[in-house]
Amino acid sequence: MSESGIAVHGYGGAILEQSPYAIPSRKLTIWLFIISDAVTFGALLFGYGYLRAASSDWPTPFKFSPTIVNVMIMTFVLITSSLTMLGAVESANAGDKGKARRFLWSTILFGLIFAALHIREWVALIHEGVRMFQNPWGSPLFGATFFSITGLHLLHVISGVVAIAVVSRGYSRGSLTAGHVETTGLYWHFVDLVWMFVVPLLYLLNVSR
Amino acid sequence: MIDSVKSRNVIARYLPVYVILLAIAVLEVFLAYHPIGSRLIVLLGLAICSAGFALMYFMHLAYEKRSLLLTLVPVTIFVLLMMNMIWSDSLRLQHMRPFAH
Repeated sequence: MSESGIAVHGYGGAILEQSPYAIPSRKLTIWLFIISDAVTFGALLFGYGYLRAASSDWPTPFKFSPTIVNVMIMTFVLITSSLTMLGAVESANAGDKGKARRFLWSTILFGLIFAALHIREWVALIHEGVRMFQNPWGSPLFGATFFSITGLHLLHVISGVVAIAVVSRGYSRGSLTAGHVETTGLYWHFVDLVWMFVVPLLYLLNVSR
Repeated sequence: MIDSVKSRNVIARYLPVYVILLAIAVLEVFLAYHPIGSRLIVLLGLAICSAGFALMYFMHLAYEKRSLLLTLVPVTIFVLLMMNMIWSDSLRLQHMRPFAH
């Protein structure tokens, strides 16, 4: 039975009300997950904002080169990965399995490049003496907020890469459908969307001048 | 055949939004060094614009039924605003020390 058929008749044959959103339940589920995740990141960013505003010696350590240049490359890589993910979703919806798979693996590659650039930046900051509760420049909470927010985002990127690899394999074997590619795509775009807030709030407000 | 052509053009269809998002990212970096007004308000405003483009076009919210948009977006904004309002209480309560002797 098709998804729309299930929505109308149910498995037991009883007539059910049609979904007001006209989308499959898995898509609504990923949207609800995205909303809850957005609130999680919102809480972290609000917490960071209050700590930053309450501190008189909040560090502004990020130099244009290498940090901001690195962040610009990371932004370019992540937005480009969203474009390749769109290619995967559209190709999967059009039934072009080969092209969808190539787009999915391009997205994985971009995700891995992003993660590598991010880890390189973390290592550079740690070498400069930044720890969770101490740093050479000012408020000791700088490291805690920076590492927790960018760390949670990095965790999302790595989880996304794993999820895309699993979906790509399942889609190639026929055990997963174009709908699964689409829901994974929604998650991946959300990861991109969060980065759009992390960059200005965490990096660009803390540039050294 | 038609599907194959559609699939080939998929990247081109989203290129304008992609270019806009990259342009906003570059503008944000420029404004971080040459601020106009409040840096926080301007950068946050641009971030919200980028997020709007990503939500509407990359995440296809513009192509879904309007009811989905009207359910998801206002609820999220409401929760985030309420969080912003009550968060300051957590700092204020530290100074009020309600359980202190």
